[in-house]
Amino acid sequence: MAENKKTVPSVFMNGILKENPTFVQLLGMCPTLAVTTSLQNGIGMGLSATAVLICSNLLISLLRKIIPDKVRIAAYIVIIAAFVTLVQMCLSAYLPDLSASLGLFIPLIVVNCIILARAESFASKNGPLLSAVDGLGMGLGFTGALCIISSIREILGAGTIMGIELYGTHVQPATIMIMAPGGFIVLGLLVGIINFITSKAKKGE
Amino acid sequence: MAVQIISILLSALLTENFVMVKFYGICPFLGVSKKIDTAVGMGMAVTFVMALSSAITWVANKFLLIPFGLEYLQTILFILIIAGLVQFVEMFVKKSMPSLYNALGIYLPLITTNCAVLSAALLNVQNYPDNFLFALLYGIFAALGFTLAIVLMAGIREAMDENAIPKAFRGFPIALLTAGLMSIAFMGFSGFSI
Repeated sequence: MAENKKTVPSVFMNGILKENPTFVQLLGMCPTLAVTTSLQNGIGMGLSATAVLICSNLLISLLRKIIPDKVRIAAYIVIIAAFVTLVQMCLSAYLPDLSASLGLFIPLIVVNCIILARAESFASKNGPLLSAVDGLGMGLGFTGALCIISSIREILGAGTIMGIELYGTHVQPATIMIMAPGGFIVLGLLVGIINFITSKAKKGE
Repeated sequence: MAVQIISILLSALLTENFVMVKFYGICPFLGVSKKIDTAVGMGMAVTFVMALSSAITWVANKFLLIPFGLEYLQTILFILIIAGLVQFVEMFVKKSMPSLYNALGIYLPLITTNCAVLSAALLNVQNYPDNFLFALLYGIFAALGFTLAIVLMAGIREAMDENAIPKAFRGFPIALLTAGLMSIAFMGFSGFSI
């Protein structure tokens, strides 16, 4: 079994800060860049991925002694794809607007590297409770990162936040920030700044 | 017909470039773009898998899922087809073309989780449910667009190795900023719509 050090709060915080999937591990870049054109989309994507992550981590952890080692990746993908299909159906039934604006990126949660990486490196080695907590922590870390990126892009690029006008009519927002180049540039700058802060913090210790 | 084909080719390759405009396949684009050789290898492997998977998933959707009303199983079936296909391609290349296998070796299994492959399959059944040829061409040219972007990126990154980049920005951050500038250039193609 896992080392005794792993407790519920430490596993939870690990996902949000120390091993933040977006800013530290740089996983799941496609949805991070593509759906962060507005805060609403960012939150929707983050929470959908969190739901899939918790369920798949829980189920994979419960089945970890039954799944044969050789076909484990295929088994994980089928489990993840099943949960993604459930989320997709729920979204299109209850939140059709969000489902339309996220579009193809909902089924693409299947190939989001964060989920497969957590299945392989955490859920297949730890008990169900810890795995579910790890899923929640990683998912919220991902959601938080998406919220930061999408708020910046929405404020600069559309001049709104959650659809509320910020500047009035005399300031023209920089539309490029909500287009493809803006995504790359905002994420690049944020990762650079975070690297800078963490290296400063390490020197201070 | 001919006009439609040309418009599919141009949009898949340039105006709707998978990496620079639509954000599919960013992980391999950033991860495998340090050297031109490996970038070309990755691009070719992706092109091969995407051409095959576009064809097979289209056929599976048309003759298996639609007749039985099982369209909601698309995601699961397509990802299984892609995973199986990548495995098959890996075994086939290993057996018949060992030199190519050695060149691509590590990148082949990674293609399963390249979201460009799955999204091409899903886009095809949405946009061209009745035309096999268009679906196949779209798959091939979208993959070539991916190859174009990753090779260009690798060229820039090789040249950038010599530059004095601030420490915090080395690696991923500068690659992302470069991609942002390239993406602005690709926006210039968006005027060409037929």
